[in-house]
Amino acid sequence: MLTNEEVRSKVLDIIADIALDDDVTGIKDEVALREQLDLDSMDFLDIVMELKKRHKIEVPQEDYTRLASMQSCVEYLAPKFNA
Amino acid sequence: MAKYDCVIIGAGMSGLAAGIRLSMYNKKVVILERHTITGGLNSYYSRGKRKFDVGLHALTNFVDPTERGRPFNKLMKQLRIPYDDFKLHPQNYSVIQFPDKKIKFTNDIDFLTEEIRLNFPHEIDGFMSLLNQMQQVNEVDLSNELIMAREVVRNYLKDESLIEVLFCPLLIYGSAWENDMDFSQFVIMFKSIFIEGFSRPAGGVRTIIDLLLKRFEECGGELRFKSEVTKIIAIDQKIKAVEINGEQIIECDNILSSMGLPETLSVLEENNHSKTKPLPRVGNLSFTESIVITDKLPRDLGIDATIIFYNNRPNYLYQKPSTLIDSQSAVVCFPNNFLYGNTPSDYTEGVMRVTNIANYDLWNDQLLFSKENYKDQKINVFNQSLQILKNVGLGSNGKSFEVLFKDVFTPTTIKRYTGHFGGTVYGSIDKSRNGQTDINGLYICGTDQGFLGIVGSMLSGISMANLHILSSSL
Repeated sequence: MLTNEEVRSKVLDIIADIALDDDVTGIKDEVALREQLDLDSMDFLDIVMELKKRHKIEVPQEDYTRLASMQSCVEYLAPKFNA
Repeated sequence: MAKYDCVIIGAGMSGLAAGIRLSMYNKKVVILERHTITGGLNSYYSRGKRKFDVGLHALTNFVDPTERGRPFNKLMKQLRIPYDDFKLHPQNYSVIQFPDKKIKFTNDIDFLTEEIRLNFPHEIDGFMSLLNQMQQVNEVDLSNELIMAREVVRNYLKDESLIEVLFCPLLIYGSAWENDMDFSQFVIMFKSIFIEGFSRPAGGVRTIIDLLLKRFEECGGELRFKSEVTKIIAIDQKIKAVEINGEQIIECDNILSSMGLPETLSVLEENNHSKTKPLPRVGNLSFTESIVITDKLPRDLGIDATIIFYNNRPNYLYQKPSTLIDSQSAVVCFPNNFLYGNTPSDYTEGVMRVTNIANYDLWNDQLLFSKENYKDQKINVFNQSLQILKNVGLGSNGKSFEVLFKDVFTPTTIKRYTGHFGGTVYGSIDKSRNGQTDINGLYICGTDQGFLGIVGSMLSGISMANLHILSSSL
């Protein structure tokens, strides 16, 4: 059973690899990732693909908006990590 | 043998970039390369201890690493290659040299704007509104319609001589069309050259290719040299396999081909050709390049510009010449004149590259007629290059120099190494912007998808891999 903090850290690993020129240590959980980092739609597609590749987690297209901020990512992904 | 998810034809910039994306996400992928080295249109070779770049004069789209959302940053992120690894050195400045005007530009668009204010004061308002208009355009939108650029630009600029000056670098650094280009491509080129600008990786094109290769290997991708695709096999308009070197069959679900649109369709099995559709046209533009190595640096011979776009006519003729080369226009690149700062340049001798528009058919005739003739013509081209170097100011400070090494490549050289029909560098004038063909599973990337330059070619490989192979498997 992963804690929310552990889920957050796994998501952060993915984001750090994708936004490799950005500093991800100061990400504010409640603010949209797009506003803090240089991420576009291609990069969000990468987050989805990395989740599938690393953790076998599938995110259907209608749920992409749930990945908008770190907080919403953790809320949405925690049950999937623990399923 | 297990079937591949995707076969990529060509280990140039676009094929390698596509290969990285696909293997990164665990697709079973193989890149098939005809030759024994990678790079395609942008490659390299050695003679003795000297190393030479082919293709790349400069990397366009130079950005400050802190600037966001620009094409170069985007593609590095997609490939997970850190910006610093490219070790980019910006240009000093470049010149567009016409008989009665010299316009300088740098990697700062304000510099060019000032040059236009000085030289074309009556056009400065039009130029500013053209700049504004271009900021509104999404030039890489795959659904953009073909509109010719001159027509659009004439809505903003009235002075044809300014239009000629602005089109000159943009045409010769990327247009498959004669004397004009698609407006989306014009905007891509304008932003990548005039707004973002030129740089050179330390070590030249090799640095880029090595980074891509290393990344592709890290991702577990497979690359086969000496593997020429001789047939693309499809059944009921759906991709089944490729045949290499006329013998071996490799089964696959998808093909991303960077070999060019007419070249790709020419190896497609005959029964798959649409009878009603004409084949894509072969472009008319090819080039010669003279490489001149001198004992002195260009700086010590009176030239500190990085690239000079030379044109000796009132208007700029970007078209297939009726002679072997057009000696009245050229692009001259001085790799020594990038700003290397404290890093020692990899070139200790003077290096000069003179590129002329050339006629493929005439060069091919020379070669067929006799090897000796062909060699003599290469010497002629070299001598004309020396004259052009003089015309752009080499030796203007009274210093003389010695040529230590020379080489000339011609349209037939380009044909031999790239496989492009007609020795074209910018491919067919018929592009497949969204990468699709009539065959399910056969997609085009690279030159004939239509994103230009080295950055464009990598972006092409990445976006075609994303769009056609990765997105559809989510």
